[in-house]
Amino acid sequence: MVESKIRVLVAKPGLDGHDRGAKVIARAFRDAGFEVIYTGLRQTPEQIVAAAIQEDVDVVAISLLSGAHNTLMPKIVNLLKEKGAGDKLVIGGGVIPDDDIPGLKAAGIAEVFTPGTPTSVPIEFIKANVKK
Amino acid sequence: MAIARLITKAENEDPEATIALRQLYPKTGRAFLVGITGPPGSGKSTLTDKLVKELRKRNKTVGVIAVDPSSPFTGGAILGDRIRMSDLALDEGVFIRSMGTRGSLGGLSQASHAAIKILDAAGFDYILIETVGVGQSEIDIVKTADTTVVVTVPGLGDDIQAIKAGIMEIGDIFVVNKADRDGADRVVIELSQMLELNQNMGEWFPPILKTVASRNEGIIQLVEKIDAHKDFLNSSGELIIRRKERISNEIFNLILKRVSVEIMRKLAEDNWENELAEILEKRKNPYDVIDRVIKELLQ
Repeated sequence: MVESKIRVLVAKPGLDGHDRGAKVIARAFRDAGFEVIYTGLRQTPEQIVAAAIQEDVDVVAISLLSGAHNTLMPKIVNLLKEKGAGDKLVIGGGVIPDDDIPGLKAAGIAEVFTPGTPTSVPIEFIKANVKK
Repeated sequence: MAIARLITKAENEDPEATIALRQLYPKTGRAFLVGITGPPGSGKSTLTDKLVKELRKRNKTVGVIAVDPSSPFTGGAILGDRIRMSDLALDEGVFIRSMGTRGSLGGLSQASHAAIKILDAAGFDYILIETVGVGQSEIDIVKTADTTVVVTVPGLGDDIQAIKAGIMEIGDIFVVNKADRDGADRVVIELSQMLELNQNMGEWFPPILKTVASRNEGIIQLVEKIDAHKDFLNSSGELIIRRKERISNEIFNLILKRVSVEIMRKLAEDNWENELAEILEKRKNPYDVIDRVIKELLQ
């Protein structure tokens, strides 16, 4: 058996067209040795979950700047659970008010990273929390 | 779900994958394998997306294996082929899997062969394997497809030269994508001239098609050519020859891999470091050592 690679889906749900952050994080993840599947802009939660399952990723990293995080992030977690893929680590990043973070965590988002976080922080978080 | 997990196990060389593949093997061989290769930016992913949609219109189920290079430095990869295929995500008749080359000796071809078998046994009618047509390992995979589509675009200058050196021989169908750009006809002429120079061409003369994948132009014709090539392979007996060659290569590579693991293990046991030092100091020569190792190995 070879050392298994951590596979991460970087997803951009909803309508905002800003994927600079998603691309920066995708690159940082690649440089950390992860295999990153990037699905592009304006994905529905259903598309993201289908891709996460087919790609058998360990982590779903959701980048969201539109303000719809309270709706879309929990929806992705719930859909994953419905499809029997509730074991995947779901993390979020973007412009997310501090007040919303406890609610997101209660909804199953393992961690939320806000602007200014060094890319090493989510990388270390993933390494520490992926079940391998 | 089960398909996805099993592919992961095969990629990680988990022994469970081999057990599963043993059981799956008798169920393989029904799917038709189409390799799609070409230089970066030639529109392979968009073309693949449109091909899948056309095949779905014809009620065929499709598996896609999209291979992108892994970084040789970190082993990481950004696999972005799904960006062009996001409308397919919710179609139950389509399964898309992105794979990184993971760099190592034959590692990619082993995992992708396993993925092909898993999708084949799962009953997909067509399996499309998309790779960048540079580098030997990518060419190896594509070479093993039943039909290989080589994609190029106008305006790449010396690209034709690259194709000539590498993959001219393996194309069963050539596609000049982005054919709304200047110079498309010239690329077609250059390709056809080069194909005419090919000796021992056999009975199938590779067609050259123009497509504009982003506007869905030329896709129906491409599917028709793929099916025509499929019919040709069946009626000429070439399909069996190709598949025999493929399984032969695959078995050979798997044996090589297992044996090389054994050799490395044995060398490590045999005081290898000291022997290397002796070779460096010229007290031994490499050739005697090689002979000895092989002799011991074959005992």
